[in-house]
Order: sequence, then structure tokens, then C-alpha cells
Amino acid sequence: MKPPRFDYSRPRTLGRAAELLAASEGEGKLLAGGQSLMPLLNMRLAEPTVLIDLELVEELREVRRDGDVLAIGAGVRQRVAERSPLVRECCPLVPQALKHVGHVQIRNRGTFGGSIAHADATAELPAVALALDAELVATSVRGTRTIAARDFFLGPYSTTLEEDEVLTEVRLPILADARTAFLEVARRNGDFALAGLAAAVRFAPGTATVVEARLAAVGFGGAPVRLTAAEASLANRELGAGAIDAAASEARVELRAGGTATEESQYRSDLVATLVRRALVEVGP
Amino acid sequence: MKPVEQPTDAVEIDLRVNGEAVSRKVPARLLLADLLRDGLDLTGTHLGCEHGICGACTVLLDGQPVRSCLTLAVQADGAEVTTVEGITPADGLNPMQQAFKDHHGLQCGFCTPGFLTTLASADPDDYPDDEAIRGLLSGNLCRCTGYEQIVASVRAAWQRD
Repeated sequence: MKPPRFDYSRPRTLGRAAELLAASEGEGKLLAGGQSLMPLLNMRLAEPTVLIDLELVEELREVRRDGDVLAIGAGVRQRVAERSPLVRECCPLVPQALKHVGHVQIRNRGTFGGSIAHADATAELPAVALALDAELVATSVRGTRTIAARDFFLGPYSTTLEEDEVLTEVRLPILADARTAFLEVARRNGDFALAGLAAAVRFAPGTATVVEARLAAVGFGGAPVRLTAAEASLANRELGAGAIDAAASEARVELRAGGTATEESQYRSDLVATLVRRALVEVGP
Repeated sequence: MKPVEQPTDAVEIDLRVNGEAVSRKVPARLLLADLLRDGLDLTGTHLGCEHGICGACTVLLDGQPVRSCLTLAVQADGAEVTTVEGITPADGLNPMQQAFKDHHGLQCGFCTPGFLTTLASADPDDYPDDEAIRGLLSGNLCRCTGYEQIVASVRAAWQRD
């Protein structure tokens, strides 16, 4: 249970980090907080030849408001994002989700971008990115590009990041007036979720009428999924018991239609239906 | 913390451990926990699962609790590390340790250093009730006590009984 041998580097700039990653020809790994990578190293599930520690790359540590977007640097510690007044004000869904990420000892090291790039099947932050239609910024020696969250997550531990790309920033659209909730079911506090739900709902001012609902579930097929049928069922409807029942039912149906009908996936779809119900009650006016 | 521009399998690091300066060349793959235990003979930091689940190896890195099994020694370059030895007074026990002793907050004691270091950095005002205390301690596993006495110990140390 010790890491394998590797070479270690700690570049000062993003450019040098990208060079080192490209030079490793797919054998290198980026080290940010290490809270996902280190277990893989200790268990010898990953054996990179070189680690590129991003600790000194200051530009990855920034949280800033950029018009109607909250830009969170990929290297921002989860605990920092969780406690940031700016993040709470612009995207309350982020601290709501981060409460469920590991434990405080993990969040003190783990980074915002690390969790998204690692893309564990039941991770919380990918669902937040998907629910908010985030844009993910990636840099390599070939240049910089922006990837929509809906095009980013492919499956467990699998994203459209190329092997020479560094995730640098997560751009979260600020949904003014949205009410949000992140709920999950896990066997133990802080453990991997069986199922989770990110919810953001906007109401017509002063009413209970839903203008827009965004729901992203985790626990299915390895990547977060938007519950588009449930979202559509809520649009322009007053959020009462009937609408909540309908949305929960739509969520269950669309999740069961997508996957294999194992007992486990059915159980998880039932859990999500319950989470949809709870989340809508929580965000309700 | 200094840049390491060229990949290498051994790195010179300078850090402070329990207030004392430490400088040495360490293998890149060395865990912080193993530097503390094997390199510095600070065996109060216990290694349980070695993959970030049990919390026994928790130490303070610049004042914040972290898993020393999920942290490389090279990542502690330039940092202040505090272990359970560092929070223990020379002449006895600190109030939290005394409370654990008084309230049977430990039996075998293997997990205890992780609980104590996690608690050492916590502001009681952030954890106003038992549920919050349990949340704080959810990253530390104890197989003996069933946690009841641990929560009671924290309550006592924070003068809530």
C-alpha cells in the first residue's frame, strides 16, 4: 500500500506543466490535491512515470466573478470553495454539494477541478457542472479550448479531456434567483453516493410558478445525467404536490428507460425519485 | 516551497514538524506518514488503511487536518506539520486528551491520534451540537467505542455537559 516509483516535478507555470505533461506521452499524471490520485497510487491501480504537481501554479487558485459567470480555478481547494462568500453568493449549489464530498480532511486537500477531471461515477461536482451547464477550460501545448459540461463526462473516470490537457478553470453560469439543493444517499456520511441529485429551480418573481428547472442525477452509468423529462414536466407549472409527484415519476421513468433493468439500477432510480421530491420541497417557495 | 523544474525521483525538502526545522532529501514517492513515522520517529501518527478512509493518519498541515497517507512528503515542502506529539503538552495531556481519558473515548487507541488532530484544529463554534460533532468526526473511524464516548469526550472538553 505504498505508491510505485515515479519521477516528480513541480513547475511554476501552467505552460511548463503542459510541456511536462505533453512530454510524458500519456504516462504522466497531474497532481493537484491528490485525494483521488493518491489512493490509486497506494493501491497500484495507477503507475505513472512522472507526477506533475500543480501546487505552484498560482493562476489555478483564483475564484472570480466574470460578468454572469463564476470562474473557479481548477486548483482551488474544495474547502476554500465551500467557505467562500463569493461562491456561496453566486452559486450556492457549490457549497451545498461540497458538504457531501469526502470529509473535511479530504476537502482541505482536494481541489475543485481535480474532482471534475477525475470524474468518479458518483462524484458530486460533475453533477453540479452538468446541472449549471458549466464550461470547462482546458490548456495544452496545442492551445486552450472550452468544453461544455454536457460534452465532457463520458463515463466512470472518463472525460473528453485529452491526455495532454490540463483542466484550468470551471466556468459556472450564475443563475440569478435560482433556488438550489444538493441531496444524496450514501451508506455512510462522506462515503461514495448510491445516488445524488443537483437541483436548481428558477421561479417567476413572487410566485410558485417554475420558469426553469435543472436536475442532474449521479449514480447511473458512470456519468451524471440531466433529467430532461422531469425538468420539462416542471416548466411553467406551479410547484405544488401534483407537479412534484409528476417530476419524481418522470425522473424514475427516464432513468429506467436509459439503463439496464437490474434491481440495483431500479433501486437507484427510486432513490433519485425520492431525492427529486425532497429537493423540490426544499427549493419550493 | 521551491519549484522542481526537471522530473526527479528524489527531492530536497525543508519543513517544520512540531515546531522544529527538518531538511532532508526524500524519495518522490515517500508518503508524509512514512516520513513522520520512519524518518522522524514520530510514531504517534498511525497508518490504518493507507487509502484515505480511516483517518488514523490525520495530521495538521499548516494548521488544517489532512490525511498523511494521501499526502506525499514532497507536498509538505515549506509547510508546518503538526502531529499528535505536537499537540501533547510536555507535562501531561491537553484538555481534549484528558477528556478522552476521563470519558473512555478510546479503548485500543489506534484511531485516537487521528481524532485528536482533527479536533485540535476545530473551532467549537462551528460544531454547535452532537450532530455537527459527528459530522466533523465522520472522517475518522473507530472500531472499539461505537463513538458515543468519543462524542461525550468532545462535549466535555468543549464544556457542554
